[in-house]
Amino acid sequence: MPARLAAVSIRDPRLLQIAFLGSFLCAGLTVLHFDLQLWQPLLIVATALGMQWGMTRLMKVPPAGYLSPLISSFGLSLLLRSDLWWIPPFAAAVAISSKFLIRFRGKHIFNPTNLGLAAAMLVSDRAWCSPSQWGESAVLIAWFAIFGLAVAHRAFRSDVSIYFFGAWLLLKLGRVVYLGQRLPVLWHQLSTGSLILFTFFMISDPKTTPDSRLGRAIYASAVAGFAFYLQHGLWRYNTLIWALLAVSPLVPLIDWLFKGERYRWPGQSFSQATLFTSGRGSGEMKFGRFGIAVLGRIFAFITASLPTMPLR
Amino acid sequence: MHSRDTSGQFRLLLPLVTAACLGPLSAHAFCGFYVGKSDAKLFNEASQVALVRDGERTVMTMSNDYKGALTDFALVVPVPSVLSKEQIHVGERKYIERLDAYSAPRLVEYFDPDPCAVARYRVLAPATESSRGMMAAKDEAKRGIALGVTVEARYTIGEYDILILSAKESSGLETWLRESGYRIPPKASAALAPYIRQDMKFFVAKVNLTSHKEAGFNYLRPIQIAYESKKFMLPIRLGMANATGPQDLVVYTLTRRGRVESTNYRTTKLPTGMDIPLAVKEDFGGFFKAVFEHAYENEDRRAVLTEYAWNMSWCDPCAADPLSPAELRQLGVFWLDDGPAPMGIRRPMIPSNSSPVFLTRLHVRYDPEHFPEDLVFQETGDQENFQARYVLRHPFEGSLSCAAGERYREQVEERRRIEAQTLAQLTGWQSDVIRRRTGTDAPTPKPWYQRLWSK
Repeated sequence: MPARLAAVSIRDPRLLQIAFLGSFLCAGLTVLHFDLQLWQPLLIVATALGMQWGMTRLMKVPPAGYLSPLISSFGLSLLLRSDLWWIPPFAAAVAISSKFLIRFRGKHIFNPTNLGLAAAMLVSDRAWCSPSQWGESAVLIAWFAIFGLAVAHRAFRSDVSIYFFGAWLLLKLGRVVYLGQRLPVLWHQLSTGSLILFTFFMISDPKTTPDSRLGRAIYASAVAGFAFYLQHGLWRYNTLIWALLAVSPLVPLIDWLFKGERYRWPGQSFSQATLFTSGRGSGEMKFGRFGIAVLGRIFAFITASLPTMPLR
Repeated sequence: MHSRDTSGQFRLLLPLVTAACLGPLSAHAFCGFYVGKSDAKLFNEASQVALVRDGERTVMTMSNDYKGALTDFALVVPVPSVLSKEQIHVGERKYIERLDAYSAPRLVEYFDPDPCAVARYRVLAPATESSRGMMAAKDEAKRGIALGVTVEARYTIGEYDILILSAKESSGLETWLRESGYRIPPKASAALAPYIRQDMKFFVAKVNLTSHKEAGFNYLRPIQIAYESKKFMLPIRLGMANATGPQDLVVYTLTRRGRVESTNYRTTKLPTGMDIPLAVKEDFGGFFKAVFEHAYENEDRRAVLTEYAWNMSWCDPCAADPLSPAELRQLGVFWLDDGPAPMGIRRPMIPSNSSPVFLTRLHVRYDPEHFPEDLVFQETGDQENFQARYVLRHPFEGSLSCAAGERYREQVEERRRIEAQTLAQLTGWQSDVIRRRTGTDAPTPKPWYQRLWSK
C-alpha cells in the first residue's frame, strides 16, 4: 500500500468515530465517574498502538495506520473494568494481535474489541463489564448523538447495525409485551451505553461481517437472538459480547453459503475497524433510502421525546 | 476489637453503638452513637435485605420492622421455585443489625498536634446508621378458591404461617388473594403478571398470632429463604404496588469473589473521605441523610448507591467488629467450611478471622417511575475496599506562642472555609444553613484589606 494511502485524511470517517468515542470516554472519566483510572485508558492506548506497530513489522504487512487501534482502545477503555493493572493492556494486546493472527481468507475473524473483552473476562475473574455505568441521561444524549450522526454521516451508517438493532428491539419488545410489562421497561433496557457501542462500533465492523447482504442480515439476527437467549433464557451476563464471539467464526460459512462481493475500503485507504461507507467502491452495502428514512424517524422520535426524558 | 490505622492510635466508642443497635425495636430509631434517640426517623419505609450468594445458591434474609396490627401483616415475595420447609427459616434480627453496624457510614476524628511541639495524634472512629422495614406487599390469606391458583405448600415456621402459591394468571391470583382477605392494592395484578409469566411462585407469609405470642417476641423476626436460581435479582416491583412514595432499601450482599453491583441500574459510590466541619458530629445522622439524598438527586433518582464494600475479615476503621464465622453462618454464608478461597481471592491484609466473604452494602431509594424493573445484580471480581467515611479534624487548642503557631492559625481558618464548602457540596445545603449548623466553628474570613499591609 502506498504510503500516502495510509496517511490520515481529514475525510476519514474514523476521525469522527474517534471524536464520538473520545468524548464519551472523557465524560466517563469526569462527570460520569466511571470506575476507571486515567492510567488504564492510557495503558490500553499505548499497548494497542505498540502492538499495531510491532505486528505490522513482524508479519511484514503494509502499514494500516493507527486510527483503528485507537478506536479499539477507546472501545476497550469504555467497556472493560478491572482492579488488576495488567488486565487492560492484556486485553488491548489480544485485541490488536488477533487482527494479524486469526484470519481466514484475508479477513480477520473476530472484532478486536470484542475478542479483547472476552479474553480478559476468560482469563481472570477480576475483569468485568459494568453495563449500567452510564446512567440514563448520558445514554439518552449518546443515542441522540449517534442517530444524528448516522443520519448526517455515512461513517455511522451500517446495515448490520440496523439489522441487529431491529432484531434486538423486536425481541425486547416481544418480551416486554409477553410479560405484561409497561413500555418504560423497554426504554430502560435500551438505556445502556454498551448497547450503543456494540451496535455502532463492534458488530458493524465490515471486516468481520459477511460479504452478502442476506448473509449480514442472518449474521446480525443470529447475534441478537443468541444474546437474547443467553440473557433471558440462561441469565448470563454480557451476552452481546459472548454472542458476537460465538457467531463470528460462522462468518466464513455464511460467506460460503451466500456469495457476495468482498468488502473493500473505499480507495483501499481505510483499515480494519472502519465502518461501512456507502456510495463508493464495488463491494459496498447499499444502505438505501429506506434505511435513512428509518434512521431519520428514530432520530425525530428521540428529539420529540427529549423534553419528557429525565435530563439533569 | 482489632482496628488499624497508619497514623496513630485509636480510641473506639463502639460498644455504645452496638448496644444501641442490639436493643429491641425502637421504631425507626436511627441506630448510631451521634444521633439523638427520640426523634430520628431517618429513612422512612426502609427495608433491609441480606443476599448471600455463591454460584446459583442464594440465601435471602428479609428483615422488616412492621409496625401495624399483626393481623394485617403479610409478605408476598416471588420465588423461583416451590420451597420445602427446610429451605425456610426464621432468623434473628440481631445479625442484620450487626451487618448494619459493621458497614454503616462512619465519622473519624483526628486531633491536630501542637504546631509548636512534636507531632501527637489521637484518632477516633465511630458512628453508624440504620434503616429497616418490610419487604413486599401487604396482604392476608385465607382458604383457597380455584381461580388458577394452587397452594403448592403450607407451613407454620416460627411466628409465621407460610403459603407457597403458583398461579396461572395475575387477575386470578389477585382475586384469590382478595377473596382470602388480603387487602390488595389496585395495581397488584399488573405487578404480579410478569412473575407469573416467568413461572415464578409466590411466597406468602402472615403472622400466626398464637405462635407469635408463645415465642414472646415483641417484633417480627426476619424470614430467611434458601434457594438455587440463575437469577441474581431482587423483586422490588411488587412492593411498589401499594407504596405511597419512594421506599428505601438497604441490600447487603455477601459473596465470595468481590463487590456486587446492579447490571440494570447505574451503581455509584457515595462521596467519601472528605474533611467536614466539626459541628457535623452533633448530627451525623442528619448530615448523612443529606449526603445520601443529594447524591440520589444528582443521579436523577435512578441509581443504586454503594455505601460499603469490604472483605469481611477486617475493617479500618471499624464501625463495629467484623461478623464472626458463627454470625455469618446465621445469615446463610454456607461456604465457610469449604477450605481455601477460589482463584483470584487476595489474602486479606489482616488475617484475623480471615473469611472469604465480601460484603457490599447498597442503598436504593426506589419508586415506580424511576425503577421500572426489578434489581438485577452481578458479582464483579472487584476487591477494592470502599467505605463511606467522613473526617473531623480538631485544631490544636493550646497556646500558640511561636511563629509556626501564627501560620497554623491561618491554616486552620483556611481549612474551616474549605470544610464548609465541602459540606455544601456534599449536602446541597445553602450557606445560611451551613452557617447555622457550624455555629462558632464557622470560618471567620478576614477583610481583604487586613491582609494588604500585614506581614
